[in-house]
Amino acid sequence: MERNSQLHRQVALMRQSLFDQGYLDEQFVQLEELQDDANPNFVEEVVTLYYRDSARLIASIEQALDKSPLDFNKLDSYMHQFKGSSSSIGGRKVKAECAQFREYCRAGNGEG
Amino acid sequence: MPKSQFLGVPSLNDEVTALVVDDNKVSQMIHHQLLNVLGIVNHVVGNGKEAVEIHSSGKKFDLVLMDRDMPVMNGIEATKKLRDMGVKSTIAGVSSHSLSEERQEFIEAGLDDYHEKPLTVAKLLSVVSKIKYKA
Repeated sequence: MERNSQLHRQVALMRQSLFDQGYLDEQFVQLEELQDDANPNFVEEVVTLYYRDSARLIASIEQALDKSPLDFNKLDSYMHQFKGSSSSIGGRKVKAECAQFREYCRAGNGEG
Repeated sequence: MPKSQFLGVPSLNDEVTALVVDDNKVSQMIHHQLLNVLGIVNHVVGNGKEAVEIHSSGKKFDLVLMDRDMPVMNGIEATKKLRDMGVKSTIAGVSSHSLSEERQEFIEAGLDDYHEKPLTVAKLLSVVSKIKYKA
């Protein structure tokens, strides 16, 4: 029982630190509020889907970055999707990085 | 306690029907659950062409949540086609495009409402309040 409480406290602290460090924003709280008895694992399912989808997108982006010349429109399209998913789950820092990447794409800045 | 009560919002008790049109699987899952929590019976499709096809099959919805950028047929084309077909449902554009010209182009295709992603309970309630036509 004591061990369970400790683990719960640890998880709560880890969760809070993700907010404090800016990795998560209010949208993640919205997802937590959507979890109910009919969908008790909703947050876990959404985040798992996000990771799977992100892995696919990152692989596509890496492939596109290996090409020369760079197809900035394609890269921007991948980043648009990645930014959208990240924003939907409250992934604040990833969303910001995606936005920056898109600026580089729009400027045709391959070095960026 | 039903989730809607916990969130302090009314449950629509399956009286309202909706169609989610989005190619992004994460958005699909979130919008589907958002609608479930509000007691809105909903169906999910992955692009504009599927949205048109489901309407051509005879199905009707009170509300359509339409993403803008989708493969095969995007939200702008799909909205125009649905309006040309005589679909009177409330169509709300849901997109992450922040430029006003892009937003305006989408609205002019025939939207009744527009919201930036991510959708929240508050935004969805605002959309639901604008439903004029009961399918």
